[in-house]
Amino acid sequence: MKYLHNIGLYFLMIAEMFKKPTKWPVMRSLILKDIDDLIINSLGIIAFISFFVGGVVTIQTALNIDNPLIPRYLVGFATRQSVILEFAPTFTSIIMAGKVGSFITSSIGTMRVTEQIDALEVMGINSLNYLVFPKTVALMLYPFAIAIGMFLGILGGMAASIFGGYSTLTDYITGIQTDFDTFHVTYAFIKTFVFAFILATVPSFYGYYMKGGALEVGKASTTAFVWTSVVIILLNYIITGMLLG
Amino acid sequence: MIEVKNLHKSFGNTEILKGISTTFEKGKTNLIIGQSGSGKTVFLKCLLGLFSYEEGSIAYDGKIFSSLTEDQKRDLRAEIGMVFQGSALFDSMTIAQNVMFPLQMFTKMSKSEMEDRADLVLKRVNLPDAHNKMPSEASGGMQKRVAIARAIVNNPKYLFCDEPNSGLDPKTAIVIDNLIQEITDEYQIVTVINSHDMNSVMEIGEKIVFLRNGLKAWEGSNKTIFKTDNESVTDFVYSSNLFKKVRQMYLEENA
Repeated sequence: MKYLHNIGLYFLMIAEMFKKPTKWPVMRSLILKDIDDLIINSLGIIAFISFFVGGVVTIQTALNIDNPLIPRYLVGFATRQSVILEFAPTFTSIIMAGKVGSFITSSIGTMRVTEQIDALEVMGINSLNYLVFPKTVALMLYPFAIAIGMFLGILGGMAASIFGGYSTLTDYITGIQTDFDTFHVTYAFIKTFVFAFILATVPSFYGYYMKGGALEVGKASTTAFVWTSVVIILLNYIITGMLLG
Repeated sequence: MIEVKNLHKSFGNTEILKGISTTFEKGKTNLIIGQSGSGKTVFLKCLLGLFSYEEGSIAYDGKIFSSLTEDQKRDLRAEIGMVFQGSALFDSMTIAQNVMFPLQMFTKMSKSEMEDRADLVLKRVNLPDAHNKMPSEASGGMQKRVAIARAIVNNPKYLFCDEPNSGLDPKTAIVIDNLIQEITDEYQIVTVINSHDMNSVMEIGEKIVFLRNGLKAWEGSNKTIFKTDNESVTDFVYSSNLFKKVRQMYLEENA
């Protein structure tokens, strides 16, 4: 029953987020600040994870190809497919649920605890539009971060492949060009847009509707991370079934 | 003037406000007092429109809040200033940005006009040099004064304060009390203060509403509170020996 109540409340929050918009000059500065907080400040960790995960995928694939009949360019092919289809959009989004999600929940939750949200409401400001909408808009740039992740993942794979002696540069490049289907990139970006919306709204929901004090802010952040991850994994399955199944 | 008639508010099966009626006049500091759990905060939040209520009405200068459209409510809220118990300053903004925030949201002032107005009100609350500080760098008393500056920057008609003296030392508490009273008088606004502080009651309570178990148990002023024989008021207000003695001296002098 509580889950149903929360799901209903979540959708009401989404609807409320678009009502009574904040003045554009104020909203613009909020969006720019959130782009900085949520996207620009995440680029480092996205780049780091993508590069090394790309490298690990390459090493794992190469080590598991022990049949001499399988061409070595398959290492590049497998890395490209894994990075574009899953690791960059989904794996990175789970990491972001921890980084960006807990930041959103704790910042909104702290505003709730310290009556800053009440202050906005008393002034007649739609606090959901003021707090959640700019984060949602900012995270619509998340696919650009994921595109960088895809590039660096494949680059990391190439580095691991060459420096580890698992494949030659020519083989790797042949691999990443083999049977390239542009729809896979489209599919990955569709997923990423959906995940971006989830990353903005689910943690906001847990921060906005939290009750209690500082301890509860911490608990809300943990709950937000768990549910954001669960929703991302479920939607990943559904979207993959719909687009590729 | 704010006119409250027969206000009822419940949470589930628990009735918190059981039919409160009172008026808060312009240019006066109106205090709501009562023990913890008496319904003060719920009453204040109903006045602010943060809580809906089941029965009764609240009228702001004749405009009944519950019958206003969303746009009218928004316009009315732009005329309300609020000082929260914990100040509720926005952490991510400097003190000047906090003060300018209502102007940014509700006026078409240019940046320089907003800065001038923020300057003026920060000087009014005796914080002429705090513009670029973050709220976390300010003391409790300073934060309260910034909250007052933010509340009055847009020339509100109504000022609400929730426990403005909580957590402050007695000297700073008096400064805050006097500031609120001066501002109320100067701008001729309706000020409603939710307070536990008996010093505030005695100093600035031009009108006092005493709540007990969700009911208005007594209504008067800092002049009449000494003379009342209402037991629930005397039990609460004169619970300390100091205030008992003050009251005794007052009654002896005016016998």
